[in-house]
Amino acid sequence: MIKGTVLIATDICKGCELCVAACPQHCLTLSKQINTKGYRFAELKNEECTGCVNCALVCPDAAITVYRQAKIKKAV
Amino acid sequence: MEANILDNLEVVYQKPETLTDTPFHYCPGCGHGVAHRVIMEVVEELGIQDQTIGVAPVGCSVFAYHYMNVDMQEAAHGRASAAATGIKRVLPDKYVFSYQGDGDLAAIGTAETIHTVNRGENILMVFVNNAIYGMTGGQMAPTSLCGQVTSTSPYGREATQIGFPLKITELIAQLPGAYFVARHAVHTPNAVRKLKKALKSAFEYQKLNKGTCFIEIVSNCPSGWKMNPLDSQKWIEENMFPMYPLGDIKVPGKSTTPSTENN
Repeated sequence: MIKGTVLIATDICKGCELCVAACPQHCLTLSKQINTKGYRFAELKNEECTGCVNCALVCPDAAITVYRQAKIKKAV
Repeated sequence: MEANILDNLEVVYQKPETLTDTPFHYCPGCGHGVAHRVIMEVVEELGIQDQTIGVAPVGCSVFAYHYMNVDMQEAAHGRASAAATGIKRVLPDKYVFSYQGDGDLAAIGTAETIHTVNRGENILMVFVNNAIYGMTGGQMAPTSLCGQVTSTSPYGREATQIGFPLKITELIAQLPGAYFVARHAVHTPNAVRKLKKALKSAFEYQKLNKGTCFIEIVSNCPSGWKMNPLDSQKWIEENMFPMYPLGDIKVPGKSTTPSTENN
């Protein structure tokens, strides 16, 4: 399975949960801590992320950067 | 250790460089943030950052010029399309877009909107419709739905007294000056992808000098609607889409009659 991960700018996340609902792998959740604005921010809860970009597309604060495993070139 | 993990991965999505680092002031879950970001992504992908001029409205998105890293002009309430007309006529080689909400474009600026499209100005008008006046405290807008409870219609909008929701996008699609008219939403990842595609073609159409491109974005207002962001997304699907169906309304090269039967 393709592996990916997300990097969330926790200081600008407002905890709207839209990314949590948009994630097809159910790997995002709201944190138990709060950020400097007082919001619970989104964070990864498991390693199931495939880097599908859905969370970043619906993020109203452009707080999510998505990484995905580079395509492995076939060995000669 | 995290850096090592990231070394093996490639960035597939990041905040466009055409957005500034200023955090959005919008409420949690507001569709304005997505709309800003998608417009700026398109500007970045087309490589027209130094040739784009935006016109900001009055309303929640009044500070759009803080976030969009392109040349921006603030306009008087409702007059963004008139200001954009002037900019485009003086600088016809630039890509000019106006960004307006429903209180701005469909209420106080109805005359400017209709006449800008009727003159067929070669600009892109982005219309964010959230069926309420968000900035001033959730008052009823012309686009508010029948029965919708707002702070100035506490028993729900009554059509016999206040009239029906104004479908301004269908209205201007009938004008010969309109070249490309479409309605999109920002509530799901797929809707955002479709919106981005439409915005990209709208920016590209500006080179053709064929007329006004108009894109309505059906958006949410969790604070004005008094619900959480997830509920507001469901509310969009259940209540807004029957009145404001998504899809292309006027596409270049196809029949000019506005269709309402598409989903």
